Amino acid sequence: MSFSNSLELLSFHWMAYTIYAFIIISVVAWFGYNLTRKEKAKSLVRIPFYGYMAFLVAGGVGHHIFTYNVVPWVSEDITRHEITPDKTFDITIKKHQFLLPQEKMVIECGEKVMFNVVSEDLVYGFGLFRQDHTMVTQMQVNPGSRNDLLWTFNHDGIFNLMSTEYSGPRGNQMFVKNAVEVRGCDKRVAMLEGGRL
Amino acid sequence: MTLMNGVNFKPESLNALQKVTLRAVVMSFLFYGLAAIEGMIMRVATVVPDIPPVHGEPEHFFSIMTVHPIVGLFGSTYQLVFAAFMFLVPFLTKKPLYSVKLANVVWLLITIGTAMAWIAAFIWQYAPMYTLYWPLPADTSQFKTIGGIVFILGVALIMFGTFGFIYNIYATIFARVGVHKNKTTKELLISGFGIDGMLNLFHKLTGRPPYTKEPALSLPVVAIFRGTVDTFLDAIVILGAGILVLIYLIADGVGSPLDMAAIDALLYKNWFWWGLDLVADGLVLIYVAGSWYLLATIITGQKLFMENVARAALMLELLVSWMVWSHHLLADQGQPEMMKLVSGEMVTAFELLTQGLALFITLVTLWKARPLKPTMELKYLLGGLVGFGLAVPAGIIQADMAMNRVLHNTQWIIGAHVHIAIIVGLYMTLYSVVYVLWPLVTNNAKLWSSKLSNAHFWLHLIGGIGMGAFMGMAGLDGMLRRHMYFEGEFQTYMILAGLFGSMILLAWVLFMVNIIMSVGLKGLLGIFLPARDSTASYGLEPEPELAKV
Ligand code: HEM
Repeated sequence: MSFSNSLELLSFHWMAYTIYAFIIISVVAWFGYNLTRKEKAKSLVRIPFYGYMAFLVAGGVGHHIFTYNVVPWVSEDITRHEITPDKTFDITIKKHQFLLPQEKMVIECGEKVMFNVVSEDLVYGFGLFRQDHTMVTQMQVNPGSRNDLLWTFNHDGIFNLMSTEYSGPRGNQMFVKNAVEVRGCDKRVAMLEGGRL
Repeated sequence: MTLMNGVNFKPESLNALQKVTLRAVVMSFLFYGLAAIEGMIMRVATVVPDIPPVHGEPEHFFSIMTVHPIVGLFGSTYQLVFAAFMFLVPFLTKKPLYSVKLANVVWLLITIGTAMAWIAAFIWQYAPMYTLYWPLPADTSQFKTIGGIVFILGVALIMFGTFGFIYNIYATIFARVGVHKNKTTKELLISGFGIDGMLNLFHKLTGRPPYTKEPALSLPVVAIFRGTVDTFLDAIVILGAGILVLIYLIADGVGSPLDMAAIDALLYKNWFWWGLDLVADGLVLIYVAGSWYLLATIITGQKLFMENVARAALMLELLVSWMVWSHHLLADQGQPEMMKLVSGEMVTAFELLTQGLALFITLVTLWKARPLKPTMELKYLLGGLVGFGLAVPAGIIQADMAMNRVLHNTQWIIGAHVHIAIIVGLYMTLYSVVYVLWPLVTNNAKLWSSKLSNAHFWLHLIGGIGMGAFMGMAGLDGMLRRHMYFEGEFQTYMILAGLFGSMILLAWVLFMVNIIMSVGLKGLLGIFLPARDSTASYGLEPEPELAKV
């Protein structure tokens, strides 16, 4: 199992969390109902205390181990200093404006791309979005420190750029239409308005 | 007539402690309503940006968004929690409150401070958001200096009120009077930190008699003591940030601006989140766990299940709450990977353990005492358990390097996690406390309508979960938090979130109607008139020795 983009990961997460939400609501509702009934309900299962604790620890830590193994951008992010990118784009943000490199940011399928973003004043965000507004990836952009995002694109698409951090009311217009184009993959993701995986 | 006089409420019969508690509670619920109205204005503006008072302008939208959590969290939640604890600590330790005068100063400072912050946003559109990311709050090219100064002074007053609360709580806990006449400060400290619980567990494991059979402080007091450590540290950090911003604003105001780059934005973020997260994770989880334990024991009339484990866990939660702040910085590439991994992911995961433990202990305590009456306090307590049962795992999920890359700053965070935690988890727990304390603080005033109580419960629960769920779904589809959309991008979700949001607002209206009809407008006014009886405790026979304190 491996998730090749955010849409796959988020739809998996949507399913898993929705099921969990129904379970936890039902469990407490079941408790509530049986707590107040005259005849004493028998416990459905006996949950050993230390078993439950072990389950919580395994769940909390195991979830990170799971995503580390199935989501490619985690290990890539952690080891990005040792990876030589296929392409690097240097971007500056100043007075709520993205100053993009001269050439259009065109990326070939599967290339490892480094986005180096510098802020000259406030804290901003750097986020790429598909045409249907779903998020491809993002990072924070802090003034005075390194903001480098290494990303491998596995699907074609034309992505818009937005600031994903609030930088005052003026930041609301920080939007660059079609800032990034990925091409050469067999799969296209949400290229058209409203298009889905 | 009922509207004027209430059912059977007699404010003249209340003592000083009861009155000061009720004053803060009244202010808290008024601020809650204001937060809910502001929330609904923003909700509607995400569908129709042109509605007044937003008028399609980000300046207005974001100034509302800046004060909304200040009003909600400080004006309402802090105020309610402080009021409940300044009543409960004397009640549970069977000692008088250290100072009723100080308690009055606390609610006044928080009320005035919140009002000042609100005015700064309303008049000058000061809108740096509560996160105050450096150097935005000092950015005078976007905000007026005067707005910033009034806002920061308002927040500072709130923090001074917080210090007053902390002093009052500790001075009461450590007062060696009444049942604690023969206790040493060391014994009280050991108990306060939950160390006696740990020693009891250790003695049990090594086959020795318990370290103490009757701990000096009851478990809810231990939770209050512990949570208050975090409240203190958090207030120091917020106040520190406020002073920094104030220095920059004043320098700018007098025409000699300081260099913004002198403060490192990432370092500042670390420091600020370290403090702020003590409220989010430390305070909420610890205070809430303590409240659940108290409610479970009061509702069942039984001892808490696994009390020693619960005591020891509160100590563990102290350490956990100090080490989790990096989960707010998982999208910051300059943050060292090790900190993201250890503090942001692994230690944070232990919150699942501590909160899961509190949920388990509370449910088992209730279960062992069944059958129970379906009282309002029981229903709200169960609602609170559902809220955190939903919101804590949602938080653990986003505190992950894979998920955070696409969830950070989306509506998922603020909907599925924050609003469910606050509105469903925290407030349902607090409503349960309100129902438990109501007869004690009002001398058995009758509630006007149990139908309204029930309607409030269901509307609040369903509205809270529904709004959080649809905000969460919009977040998964890429909708950012703190962003104004003009093209109807996420309209379906926002309409649905708005419908559920209006249920929350309606729930508050029904609750207020019920309370006002119960105490009457005269009664409401009477709460704010000076108390004839200056007693600072509840349920104690007056002893001359105690009265001196
Ligand atoms: C009817 C009730 C409420 C509604 C409809 C509501 C709605 C909202 C909305 C629309 C936002 C902005 C989300 C965004 O686009 O970023 C928001 C933010 C927020 N709300 Fe509420 N809210 C309600 C009650 C509360 C209460 C009672 C509290 C706290 C006690 C609270 C705490 C917050 C916080 C902390 C934020 C984040 C603000 C920020 O990003 O700086 N809300 N709320």
